[in-house]
Amino acid sequence: MSVIEVASLVLALISAGALASLAILRRKTNASFREIPAYSQLNHSIGLAVEDGTRIHISLGSSNMISERSATAFAGLGMVYRLAEHTSASDQPPIASSGDGMISILSQDTLKNAYANAGADDRYDPTTRRLTGLTPYSYAAGAIPIMLDEKVSTNVLIGNFGNEIALFTDTAERKNAHSLATTDNLVSQAILFASMEKPVVGEELYAAGAYIKPDPSHSASLTIQDVLRWLIVISLLAGAALKVINLL
Amino acid sequence: MKRFWPVINTSIAAIAGFLTLLGYFIRNLKALKDFIVHGAVILAAFAILVGIANLFMVHLTKIRTRQEGNIYSFLLLTAMIVSLGFGLAFSMDPSGSNPDFMQGLFKSVIFPVETSLLALLAVTLLYASVRLLRTRTDWMSIVFLASAVIGLFTMVPLPFIGEIRILNGLRSFLMDYFVTAGARGILIGISLGVLTTGLRVLLGADRPFGGK
Repeated sequence: MSVIEVASLVLALISAGALASLAILRRKTNASFREIPAYSQLNHSIGLAVEDGTRIHISLGSSNMISERSATAFAGLGMVYRLAEHTSASDQPPIASSGDGMISILSQDTLKNAYANAGADDRYDPTTRRLTGLTPYSYAAGAIPIMLDEKVSTNVLIGNFGNEIALFTDTAERKNAHSLATTDNLVSQAILFASMEKPVVGEELYAAGAYIKPDPSHSASLTIQDVLRWLIVISLLAGAALKVINLL
Repeated sequence: MKRFWPVINTSIAAIAGFLTLLGYFIRNLKALKDFIVHGAVILAAFAILVGIANLFMVHLTKIRTRQEGNIYSFLLLTAMIVSLGFGLAFSMDPSGSNPDFMQGLFKSVIFPVETSLLALLAVTLLYASVRLLRTRTDWMSIVFLASAVIGLFTMVPLPFIGEIRILNGLRSFLMDYFVTAGARGILIGISLGVLTTGLRVLLGADRPFGGK
């Protein structure tokens, strides 16, 4: 193993240990996070959707399980779980659309579990998860009619999206529906910065679940992210300083 | 049993996940890692079939219950059945008289539709840029739009004017320092998010495969 491989493995194992320990230590404390306006507004929209009998559409994009995009898919599925649990009392169950077969099956399982854990098994509807297309644009062509025709008042776009994300945000805007959009794709993040009133940028994507329904593991993972970020900042500054004084 | 299956599912996922992770670092586990990943690829192919069956059922229900827009569902199901029928017929044709049929279908239907959406996207993005200053008037929006304009004017030589050297220099400066640094910063943040999200799944804190 090379030095970088050893360092990566050690980092992953230490992070796993710290995550498990922090999650156990924080079981009895309430998590507090900094304000992200988009998530605060989403919580408000969820309440409104339940009250006025409209739907939430969760779009998981073209994320899949067998590439480096899988973490984004997991973050999206976490969001599906929390939103389904939150809105289990609503007459209109949320719809989860995706552009990958495996994510589609997992979103079905996630919806089913969320209803079961909320004690509302009878409200689960298997047609609320959809595989709408296998290429990014065919996915968009299949998912946009959901936004238009199925009484959707809130759209949550979380996953891997390309340029087509602009079509989703534009549709939501035309329907006067609230939307929260976040992606791991850099170009699409620039598009979202231009098209969204409250953009969600970078790693804020992975904090989505914690802002909807915080739990100790989410709180622990955000702390670990912060610690690692500071370590990287310090390393970068130290590297730059050593370079300036010709020691590197 | 209700408590038993989530534990089994979580254990299988955690063991497979950790073995795959270790397979990237420990050479002796590479073959096992490849086996697990290849298994996942095969499962993903079958998952597409399940997804298509779900799509079929959703649209069949729309037609049966006469929901709004069921004509589109009818068209979709018809296209799906016709494509499947032709695909199977031509793939089983021993003479291979028309092997390019499915390719032709893709080029003449899917490709033009996707290109049209791409064209629509250009208009949508232009509209979003114009709307940006109305919805969010802060200095970051102004910087964003100014950078976009500089990028646009320096991508290609302008008619009658050609290249504007000062703008080209400014673009290179922005790309080399601000854009690269910003992109790297965002990517580092994303990779940290990927790491902790992956670990949460491996430790069983997030379980999209069953159980709370």
